[in-house]
Amino acid sequence: MDIIYTIWLRNMKRYIRSKSRIIGSISMPLFFLLFLGFGLNSVVQLPGIGGNYIVFLIPGMVAMSVLFTSVFSGIQIIWDKQFGFLKETLVAPVSRLEIMLGQTLGGATTAVLQGFMILILSLFIGLHVSNPVGFLIALGFMIMIGISFTAFGIAIASRMEDMTGFQLIMNFVVFPIFGLSGALFPISSLPAWMGPVTLIDPLTYGVEGIRYGLTGVSQVNPLICFAVIGVFSIMMTVLGAFLFRKIKF
Amino acid sequence: MTVAIHIENLTRRFNDLVAVDNISFDIEHGEIFGLLGPNGAGKTTTLSMLSTMLKPTSGSATVNGIDIERDEDGVRKSIGIVFQDQSLDEELTAWENMDFHGRLYRIPADIRKQRITELLRLVELEDRQHDIVKTFSGGMRRRLEIARGLLHHPSVLFLDEPTLGLDPQTRNHLWQYIATLAREKGITIILTTHYMDEADRLCNRIAIIDHGKIIALDTPKNLKDGIGGDVVTIRSPDPAAIVAALAEPWISRVEQHNDEVIVSLKNAEQHISTIVTLLNTKQVPIESIAIHKPTLEDVFLSFTGKTIREEEADHKTNMRMYQKMVRH
Repeated sequence: MDIIYTIWLRNMKRYIRSKSRIIGSISMPLFFLLFLGFGLNSVVQLPGIGGNYIVFLIPGMVAMSVLFTSVFSGIQIIWDKQFGFLKETLVAPVSRLEIMLGQTLGGATTAVLQGFMILILSLFIGLHVSNPVGFLIALGFMIMIGISFTAFGIAIASRMEDMTGFQLIMNFVVFPIFGLSGALFPISSLPAWMGPVTLIDPLTYGVEGIRYGLTGVSQVNPLICFAVIGVFSIMMTVLGAFLFRKIKF
Repeated sequence: MTVAIHIENLTRRFNDLVAVDNISFDIEHGEIFGLLGPNGAGKTTTLSMLSTMLKPTSGSATVNGIDIERDEDGVRKSIGIVFQDQSLDEELTAWENMDFHGRLYRIPADIRKQRITELLRLVELEDRQHDIVKTFSGGMRRRLEIARGLLHHPSVLFLDEPTLGLDPQTRNHLWQYIATLAREKGITIILTTHYMDEADRLCNRIAIIDHGKIIALDTPKNLKDGIGGDVVTIRSPDPAAIVAALAEPWISRVEQHNDEVIVSLKNAEQHISTIVTLLNTKQVPIESIAIHKPTLEDVFLSFTGKTIREEEADHKTNMRMYQKMVRH
């Protein structure tokens, strides 16, 4: 436990010091929220979902913030490889599993903090949290998304030698995961043949879960959301731990 | 004297490249032991195996009596390592880097704090302890890494090219630290370097390693004495004639090396005029003549027939060819 805490602590220290990263990764979902939200609010009709488009978009942007920050935190291991710091950790008499779990929890914590900031800012543009339980549900889903995708980032980073593939992963894996998740539009509004695609996207269940927590409405049953994203986060953690164990010095 | 490290027939292959080729030797407790050789000779590979980062292809070794394959964590607890490449977290302060290490090695908080203070003072970084490592010079980073390597009180410290890329002044400074450390803390130090003069001054014993094999192992003094006296280097347009002319009983060795002839003999100062007269009577032209006390560079040359620099150039060509083969 103390080793996991040590790795987590290092992640937190680095996070707090990287002011530009905090602001950088908050700006994108915030701009999406402002431009798309206000721009499309009067145009977009959301039959049967209720509320306005901004309120619909907020959970999606919270999820986006958590998703991108967590993948990025996981992939950071590549930097540790390149700057040699990973060696220092790997040669210590500690298990790889502890290192990986510390890294996952550290990344998830930063991601949830980033999502939380979007959540706070959303309070000023139309989000009303009337139900504290709903808020906790949303937080729970944010944590599960954070763990899943930090572990996913670690899994990828374990197989990569440098950052050259990073852009590729972002464009062809992470962005589609985000785009198909129903963060920007109701999944029911896609053509019928794309329906199954959105349902195999694990983030769909995360977004819907947060949306249920914050607005009380969702297109997927929240219990199913919980089950899917819960199982997905366990699977990713196991995969990440497995691939991280195989990293060579 | 007890044995700190015992190596038996240790071998490591990378595909068809034999990086470490069946080496065996013992390192005694409290020794400063140097692994000397050109880049790519197998020094780092040997160190990586001893520090459990790399599995041997065959053979075995123990560190402090612990088998490197059977009990990795046991070995890891008892060793400290300073890697060839930097391995600090640049975003953290010196203190935080030390603290991270102390926590990883499960040193209790109060002892950890006390040791960090003590070690940062030892490497003269206490005024900069709360500065971010990014702002540190190369020498400061190295000192911090050495301090970090000592934090968990290892009985064996591995230093892989600890002075690489540092200026001569910092290098000297660093070696003084290392020598003091070894004396005061009584730890065994194994270092790799390709600076011959450094190894000569610092190490109790030296293993010269080339192409993965140990080609000589002794104290620096014995290695140099093995040359057979002083070294006279004669440069000439006709080096072969010199070799022929100097077949005298008082000369221990004559070797041609490119356009130079390297002559080893006792009391060179007294014999130098005889050599010049001898070459003049046989009408062998001389371009220049120089005498020096033997260095480890001469030892390396006498064992391999090449200077360490030539060996490195060769190795680079080999590596390039090897990389091409792997890529295609």
